[in-house]
Amino acid sequence: MQAIEADSLVVRLGKRNAVNGLSLRLGHGVHGLLGPNGAGKTTLIRTLATVQSPTAGTLSLLGTPANGRLKAVRRKLGYLPQHFGYYKRFKVREFVEYLAWLKEMPSARIPGAVHTALERVGLTDRAEDRMKSLSGGMVRRVGIAQAIVNDPEVLLLDEPTVGLDPAQRLRFRELVAELGRDSCVLISTHLVEDVAAACTDVVLVNEGSLMFQGTPADLATAGTAQHVGDSPIERGYSALISANSAGGAW
Amino acid sequence: MTAHHPSEQLLHRYSRGDDDIPADQLWGVESHLESCAPCRGRLAPDPTAQAVWTNLEPLLDRTPQMSRARARWRVHGWVSPAAGPWLAMILLVTAAAVALDRVGFVVGERVSLVVLIAPALPVLGVAASWGRSLDPAHEVTAATPRAGLPLVLRRTVAVLAVVVPGLAAAGVLTGVGFVRWLLPCLAFTVGTLALGTLIGVTRAAVVLIAAWALVIVAPTIAFSRMAVALDPAAAPVWAGLLVAGLAVLAARRMAFARLEVNR
Ligand SMILES: Nc1ncnc2c1ncn2[C@@H]1O[C@H](COP(=O)(O)OP(=O)(O)OP(=O)(O)O)[C@@H](O)[C@H]1O
Ligand SMILES: [Mg+2]
Ligand SMILES: [Zn+2]
Repeated sequence: MQAIEADSLVVRLGKRNAVNGLSLRLGHGVHGLLGPNGAGKTTLIRTLATVQSPTAGTLSLLGTPANGRLKAVRRKLGYLPQHFGYYKRFKVREFVEYLAWLKEMPSARIPGAVHTALERVGLTDRAEDRMKSLSGGMVRRVGIAQAIVNDPEVLLLDEPTVGLDPAQRLRFRELVAELGRDSCVLISTHLVEDVAAACTDVVLVNEGSLMFQGTPADLATAGTAQHVGDSPIERGYSALISANSAGGAW
Repeated sequence: MTAHHPSEQLLHRYSRGDDDIPADQLWGVESHLESCAPCRGRLAPDPTAQAVWTNLEPLLDRTPQMSRARARWRVHGWVSPAAGPWLAMILLVTAAAVALDRVGFVVGERVSLVVLIAPALPVLGVAASWGRSLDPAHEVTAATPRAGLPLVLRRTVAVLAVVVPGLAAAGVLTGVGFVRWLLPCLAFTVGTLALGTLIGVTRAAVVLIAAWALVIVAPTIAFSRMAVALDPAAAPVWAGLLVAGLAVLAARRMAFARLEVNR
């Protein structure tokens, strides 16, 4: 059993299939989700997070079919949406505690778990500050803290590194490497360098379909000197994307 | 909501605060206790533990913080953190309607503003509690195990706990009988949730408030006469709508665990 098993997933949004017959299996480790704007990364992550119901196909998380009763599987899930909204008047600690409560953590364990989560994202000294007093990067780190507060077995992070300064990005890579040791971590990003540095595995999607799944080294070998990019892995990414989408300089 | 009650031994260990209870059992006990009063009763304080705690409590400075946090969760188990300001606004609007009524402002032929605002108020509160546009954290919330009809209903009850006493007071002050406002108010509340399972709570709130304004409020103002729907004789129709709404809600309850319902 893999942590995430998706078969022929289709998610129809409006007139198009944002996810178009995608099959994916992910186990322990840190998986990087790459793809151009509109590729369907957010839609895929929402579907895996069980907040979006697929139009067709099957999804099972941690061996449980993700339809019908979702409570048990959601307790083991961590999710950071691309647009992470929060309550401005809440203190940082209160906000993460509230999310821990929503995740049905035993209340005796919440204060300790919240403390640990804030420590892991380096926000212990801001715990008693109001959410509205935080910088954009700090808000993102609160988002990561709420996602990991319940020690999830499946952790889904949609563009977690947006707004993080270089030092925090390095810290983040260490954190996910640690988390990926015994859980399944899926991170969507536009920063190919993040994937090269932090991920054991790359998942490349375009126009709702899976283009490639393999190691960062495999992705690098797909590129040649003719392809756009500053690093072998960026050139590999360009090669696979341009092979798929006809034309368009972007 | 586990069907069977936890064993005496497990409850004892729980009340003693043992930290070696496996997480899934601990979850089971906690969620069971939330819904089972008899078991909360069984949770009699252990005399030894009680004595130890009484001595320790003043020494542990994190204890008051913990209980404050618990109080907060207890509140937010009912009132959505996004709804607070809107509930305050609802009370202000109710008070304003009473004030206008008292200075003699009636719409059309003796239709009090209290009657005209009654169905719209809870719709606003429900949209604030579970809607995409008014709840900034709706997406993280939707992915949690507590997201679902039971939590939505608790939040709706919290909204009604503000709206209904407010309107009841307004009704007493303005002499509007409760038949005229209570049923439309409840029917619109349930209607928002029921329609919300089909098109999303935010859109349902917009549709219902617009429909009320166009079909009831506007003609009342334009033709200076009371709409049939506001007549106490319309009560059975409102009751019927309420029941229909509850039926839709029951049939489509699974929708509340998904993000689509926030639209
Ligand atoms: N609510 C919606 N209604 C209709 N179409 C939508 C909706 N949300 C997304 N889409 C479409 O679905 C496709 C996939 O969008 P998605 O947000 O999943 O892409 P993404 O890979 O996350 O992009 P980005 O890198 O910009 O975040 C896009 O074509 C988008 O226009
Ligand atoms: Mg996206
Ligand atoms: Zn019981």
